[in-house]
Amino acid sequence: MNTVIEAGGLGKRYGRRWALADCTLTVPAGRVVGLVGPNGAGKTTLLQLAAGLLAPDSGTISVLGGRPASTPAQIARVGFVAQDAPVYAGLSIAGHLRMGGWLSPGWDSELAARRISRLGLDLRQRAGSLSGGQRAQLALTLATAKRPDLLLLDEPVASLDPLARREFLQDLMETVAEQQVSVVLSSHLISDIERVCDYLIVLVASRVRVAGETEELVATHHRLSGPRREPHSLPASWDVIEESQAGKQSMLLVRTQDPILDPAWTVRPVSLEDLVLAYMSRAGDATRARRPGLEVAS
Amino acid sequence: MLEFQLDTGSGVATYLQLVQQVHDALRLGLLEPGDRLPTAQQVVARLAINPNTVLKAYRDLEREGLVRGRPGQGTFVIRSLPGTDPAAQRRFLAAMTDLLRSARLAGLGPDDIESIYRTAVRNCFTEGVA
Repeated sequence: MNTVIEAGGLGKRYGRRWALADCTLTVPAGRVVGLVGPNGAGKTTLLQLAAGLLAPDSGTISVLGGRPASTPAQIARVGFVAQDAPVYAGLSIAGHLRMGGWLSPGWDSELAARRISRLGLDLRQRAGSLSGGQRAQLALTLATAKRPDLLLLDEPVASLDPLARREFLQDLMETVAEQQVSVVLSSHLISDIERVCDYLIVLVASRVRVAGETEELVATHHRLSGPRREPHSLPASWDVIEESQAGKQSMLLVRTQDPILDPAWTVRPVSLEDLVLAYMSRAGDATRARRPGLEVAS
Repeated sequence: MLEFQLDTGSGVATYLQLVQQVHDALRLGLLEPGDRLPTAQQVVARLAINPNTVLKAYRDLEREGLVRGRPGQGTFVIRSLPGTDPAAQRRFLAAMTDLLRSARLAGLGPDDIESIYRTAVRNCFTEGVA
């Protein structure tokens, strides 16, 4: 598998607190990857390490085969849009584009100008007077006009209204269609992830809980309900992600490649949102289940 | 040109929804050999979905022999699906719509209706088979 990010035992510490600890993951190339997880999982730290804005305190990270931000060429290959799309409030849009041109060897000024005019923005306008949606679009323009091989976006649409969000994602997807760019995007909005991402990584407390092609994940997870069963009587090929008993009923969320043939089960598809939630809440439970009676330090 | 729609929350994979919509359009005669499908870029710009998803749907349709991609020109329909009698389809659609309306008036929701529908299809098409 071709990869754009490879991290092994990666960690970043602020004082005594580890924002990311012992994170090992692989991000495939040519995908739009959704990075999801609860607050504090380490998503932002991971993206900033990949962009080279932070240096790791432990472990290794390789981006497009090199160390993040180690050379100007490496910097040019990665586009980054930070949370809330920061821009220089006092600088005009034209100023931002000029700056992009100075800083990026592969700067595509035509693409930048085309995007700005399509967005209906005035080049003389100061960035400080832009709406949230326009600011996000300007940040995306700056990141894509670099013509990067990898685009990192940290919750790019979190603060946007639904219309601005849709427009941003449409533009992002058009960029993916036009330029052969890999994308990693963190978000809490699973419905957006479901639309635009073809690969999903669920990160909880620095660990990858599940990763895979979105469609494959949805196709191999099933919600089952049926007469109560003891866990050990279930097929060995089933990975039980979530389990609950109500009276004589068992409700399961299982992952399996095999078709479910036992007619006693009612099989329902699982939405991506339910799947993500199940993996997020499974994190602590799995540890507890394996070590009964033990206090588990979080 | 065919305009794709997306039903999020239907549980059906996005690429399959696109494939099914082309099937439906072919079956209903809305798409015919020679017609061009929207480009991945056009679909993406409208629906804000991943272009790979559109390409995957088109690859599936190509594998089925229904469309063919011509480099630089687009993806074209090359075969129609064996359509049943259009008049029969229209009659059935109208009857079905009436039936569904009365089901809705009787307080049945989409889930109830789908369960009933699936069971009815099963009953109907396994009659005399076993």
